[in-house]
Amino acid sequence: MYDFAYQKPASVADAVKLLGDDPDAKALAGGQTFIPVLKQRLAKPSTIVDLGKLDLRGITVGADTVTIGAMTTHAAVASSEELKAKIPGLQELASWIGDEAVRHRGTMGGSLANNDPAACYPSAALAMDATIKTDRREIKADDFFQGMFTTALEPNEIITSITFKVPQKSAYEKFRNPASRYAIVGVFVAQHANGVRLAITGAGQGGVFRHTAFEQALSSNFSPDAIAGIATPPDDLNGDIHASAEYRAHLINVVARRAVAKAR
Amino acid sequence: MPQVSLTVNGKQHTVEVEGRTLLVELLREKLGLTGTHVGCDTSQCGACVVHVDGLAVKSCTMLALQADGMAVTTIEGIAAADGTLHPMQEMFREHHALQCGFCTPGMVMTAIDLVNAHPDGLTDKEIREGLEGNLCRCTGYHNIVKAIAAAHPLMHGQAPKAAE
Repeated sequence: MYDFAYQKPASVADAVKLLGDDPDAKALAGGQTFIPVLKQRLAKPSTIVDLGKLDLRGITVGADTVTIGAMTTHAAVASSEELKAKIPGLQELASWIGDEAVRHRGTMGGSLANNDPAACYPSAALAMDATIKTDRREIKADDFFQGMFTTALEPNEIITSITFKVPQKSAYEKFRNPASRYAIVGVFVAQHANGVRLAITGAGQGGVFRHTAFEQALSSNFSPDAIAGIATPPDDLNGDIHASAEYRAHLINVVARRAVAKAR
Repeated sequence: MPQVSLTVNGKQHTVEVEGRTLLVELLREKLGLTGTHVGCDTSQCGACVVHVDGLAVKSCTMLALQADGMAVTTIEGIAAADGTLHPMQEMFREHHALQCGFCTPGMVMTAIDLVNAHPDGLTDKEIREGLEGNLCRCTGYHNIVKAIAAAHPLMHGQAPKAAE
């Protein structure tokens, strides 16, 4: 790892200023992706701005929305009984990220800001029409994810919280890479009063995406059979040593049907 | 150089580190606590698991400076002051839950956290899922699972079960 200066600001405003003052500074949330990236010398920040002291933790369950602080760990999301009763799909998703030790450090805000094409949370944000609140504005999930490892965030912009619309039913299902536990294909389905939203992670060349053909079919008939005959073109899907684009296209249908079947 | 102040196994330390110094490097190289191992150095294997403020974390994937002000417990810190082994260590011995022993410190620290987090009981399936982030290349895991199941009642104040 290259060395760097280290700062641990006590307020969001100070963190934004530190990031803004130095174009080569980078924010550190839980570090479960970023520290491995640093170890591989894939990034060479001048300064690490550790967000660990910021008061951005907690889960607030309302009637129609759930708001989660950006620095809330995956373990906290996975162990919230209140959340499990409200959005079971989101609680289960968190319980499957990495392993317990990783979940004790990794954060929701860090995952969304990184927008790894195989990360789980982006699919939940899209499927539950989430609003991503930052130090300066609110961004709809539909506008936030802009391609692999790319988001609408400015270089010195910090996510403070994420607000999900509570669906009537939800589920997350993933087909994991057996070594990394990342999704080869992950599907989050959410049935809302005004229709179904379904997002796919792990499979798209451009990162997470909504599957509009599935959404339309499921909005009129919320059952696995409704999408059984809908094929996904492999053209824009990832192909790598783990799975070809054609295999991922096949898995999308299988995993989506499993998600719909278990939605509650 | 920046300084980090933290408690390790109940003892306060203030140590000069680089920004890039990992928690496991602080423990092993600055404090001489070599019971915490570095296996893969890529957050996969779990040999480096320690407790930070009571929760199992991979010390190869945390900066030393991130632990400022926190309480760290390593494998050296779990036995009693008179040398009496922690029930989890005792059950690992009783059930032959190690062969080469390289993964054992991380296994024991993960297992203690797992048992602490499940006061009402643990199924074998939950134990196996709880060990997802710890790799052992010798035992085949069966005896590790047995040891953790046996340690559970001991750690929660119930009578010990006989070894199989």
